[in-house]
Amino acid sequence: MKAFASLLDRLTLTPQRNGKIRLMVDYVASVPDPERGYGIAAITRDLSIASVKPAMLRALMAERMDEVLLGYSYDYVGDLAETISLVWPERGDGEHQPTLTEVVETLQRATRLDGPRLVEGWLDHLDASGRYALLKLVTGELRIGVTARLAKQALAQFGGKDVTEIEEIWHGLAPPYTELFAWLEGRTDKPVSAARGPFRPVMLSQALDEEADLPKIQPADYAAEWKWDGIRVQATSDQGVRRLYSRTGDDISGAFPDILELLDYEGSIDGELLVAREDQGSIAIAPFGDLQQRLNRKVISPKLIKSHPAFIRAYDLLQDGEEDLRALPFADRRKRLEAFVARLASPRIDISPLVPFDDPDHLAALRANPPTDARIHEVAEGLMLKRWDSAYVPGRPKGPWFKWKRDPFVVDAVLMYAQRGHGRRSSFYSDYTFGVWTGPEAAPELVPVGKAYFGFTDEELRELDRYIRNNTVDRFGPVRSVRAEPDHGLVLEIAFEGLNRSVRHRSGIAMRFPRVSRLRWDKPPSEADRLENLERMLPRDASPKKVRKASA
Amino acid sequence: MRPAELLCPTPSGLYCPPGDFYIDPVRPVARALITHGHADHARSGHDAVMATPETLRIMATRYGEDFTRRRQEAMLGEWSEINGVTVSFHPAGHVLGSAQIAVEKDGFRIVVSGDYKRREDPTCEPFQPVPCDVFVTEATFALPVFRHPDDRAEIAKLIRSTEQFPERTHLVGAYALGKAQRVIALLREQGYDRTIFIHGALQRLCDLYKAEGIDLGDLQPATLERGGKADFAGTIVVGPPSAFADRWARRFADPVSCFASGWMQIRQRARQRGVELPLIISDHCDWDELTATIEEIGPGEVWVTHGREEALVRWCELQNIRARPLHLVGYEEEPE
Ligand SMILES: [Zn+2]
Repeated sequence: MKAFASLLDRLTLTPQRNGKIRLMVDYVASVPDPERGYGIAAITRDLSIASVKPAMLRALMAERMDEVLLGYSYDYVGDLAETISLVWPERGDGEHQPTLTEVVETLQRATRLDGPRLVEGWLDHLDASGRYALLKLVTGELRIGVTARLAKQALAQFGGKDVTEIEEIWHGLAPPYTELFAWLEGRTDKPVSAARGPFRPVMLSQALDEEADLPKIQPADYAAEWKWDGIRVQATSDQGVRRLYSRTGDDISGAFPDILELLDYEGSIDGELLVAREDQGSIAIAPFGDLQQRLNRKVISPKLIKSHPAFIRAYDLLQDGEEDLRALPFADRRKRLEAFVARLASPRIDISPLVPFDDPDHLAALRANPPTDARIHEVAEGLMLKRWDSAYVPGRPKGPWFKWKRDPFVVDAVLMYAQRGHGRRSSFYSDYTFGVWTGPEAAPELVPVGKAYFGFTDEELRELDRYIRNNTVDRFGPVRSVRAEPDHGLVLEIAFEGLNRSVRHRSGIAMRFPRVSRLRWDKPPSEADRLENLERMLPRDASPKKVRKASA
Repeated sequence: MRPAELLCPTPSGLYCPPGDFYIDPVRPVARALITHGHADHARSGHDAVMATPETLRIMATRYGEDFTRRRQEAMLGEWSEINGVTVSFHPAGHVLGSAQIAVEKDGFRIVVSGDYKRREDPTCEPFQPVPCDVFVTEATFALPVFRHPDDRAEIAKLIRSTEQFPERTHLVGAYALGKAQRVIALLREQGYDRTIFIHGALQRLCDLYKAEGIDLGDLQPATLERGGKADFAGTIVVGPPSAFADRWARRFADPVSCFASGWMQIRQRARQRGVELPLIISDHCDWDELTATIEEIGPGEVWVTHGREEALVRWCELQNIRARPLHLVGYEEEPE
């Protein structure tokens, strides 16, 4: 348990991706089977041993400690599991600490009633960090800021493999993954996935370099289709086993029972998961915010399924019955997909239409002004360009597939607050809250509309940091409030991917993926945008054409 | 004698009316007895100062030789008289030169422990329990959640991290007096023999510790004069915590920010400060040590000062020990 507990402690506080990967690689390199496999399963959330309710923990603690002192402690720490991990009276001699394996395997065999008694015994013998890890595991509250994908990347690095190889077999494996580690350490062959409905590693596109790549995009060589603003999924049905995977191989079936019902076929579709709004019987895509309502939920109510129905817009067919189509050229797979979707005749699985074009200029015009029918202008993020002869290969190969996103939205906003960054940037003010003007023209007021970090050179970051330090009007902890008046302040050009309505923000809007694209030292703050300009960009039925500016 | 006749809290600090002196006063006074050199306990501008020789040297180093008009050295364990009151200094185990001060008259004794700890510390004399009628204790970490782990394991974490991330600089935030030197001495004890780089604010205090015979190994200033960022890759740099939010920290390659403090026991504290590697190393007692010390000394009454008084007072009540909070002002809420 010690190694696992200290891994958790470090992972939660390590901001960088590479740092996290290295910590996990070192963990699996230094911890034996089956302990390391259970550790990884806890991180990828493939371990389900939640067996104790917080109220039971409180009761266990109350037997051991004065209530008033426990109250002071909990008030100070603010987290029950952490409080208990710190105040629990140690009984053991520190030598008989349970391993993670012992904890997991015992709980898997035990009844739910046994849970609290078992946990009580282990708490006596663990140190504070071990108790914390145990309590987070058994209450099912382990949140450490590491995605399952990142853990798989660490495994790939440990074994010198490609992460897609691990994703492909992951769903046929179960903790503690001893056969996986045997392969990663070169002791055996790759485990064969015997599970039905396996995940097939996804093919991804490169961003189009307009200068170098665009001239190559001729209709004889490339197909074009819209890139929809949902989430990429793989919908598989295999002899009664139905699965919906995210593009990183996470099984998200649980959140979409309505989609699973639709998978009445033998095969595997690659497509975009979208949420619809009722529109005279046909499918009309709702803004991304509607889809977010359905993601990351443990329980999906019938009401939500009805108000936010999900559907799939198919891009590709990877498996058709017994036949693996991935080696075929895209042109052939596309024909098979068209026939497959037509056979299904499902109102909630449709096909992403191809976009006919004459030459690169024509394509550029389509991208800049998508058609207004079927609200493509609102819900397409851009274009996907696929070589007709491309096989479906995992990863992000250079050449066969390009994505060509539409220019981002751009507004001019005023810097309001700055916060110190993390890790390498912890001494810089590198996170910025910015606002736009609202209220009467004569007495305008700034309302915050988003927060972004700066993605520029160190030189610019230093310049901005100096400005913030010299223009601070107030400080609270790591945050500085910066002078922001019509005649004195700094204008930031903000690029973002889209806007949603939000009741959580005072401005009533939420930005998707905002980033600071330029520092407008030259621009007086009074000339920054007003909230009304942003409101006009909000998606709505029969909305006026979007205000778009060319990106810098 | 009523305890308050011998020692009572005043806005300037704890005052002894019959002896006419203060202990760790927060404002300039005629005669001050100082427990240790931390800035909130040892201030400049008193007419006369009595303290251990080490504490007097620390004050001279921090404030200049003219920090007081009259210095009086107090040797540990020796008794002396001030206006008919007997005073003596006893090791507190907190930082170099730190002492508890015992004040006695007519057979009644109050011990003011200042800041203290019970852990072994290679940079100072260990705490000595002194029997007394009233024990005045600090309460910096007086909550049952504070149970500091073995400091050697914390230092081992730091050394291990420098091996795991050899291309990054490990910036260790540590209070300039005591903590910084203890961290360095602990690193040396565990066989870390590479050069350790220090922030300029630590230089004179580290020199003073060395002059007192404490082995800190090879220390070099963390300046960029001789090269670039890469020179500090994989090294340990120690500086005051305040410096890390500063431009100073930018000279280092992709730093791992570490902080050596008892507060690092609480994950949220570490998170708020952007600390990547918390090192739970404290120069104060944790909860178990505070309560064990009170049990060991067995005073008739406990006075609790600066920190989380309410929890320790509650614990004393549960043990049927008389206790009250002193509510002294002027001591930092978070002296680490
Ligand atoms: Zn102190």
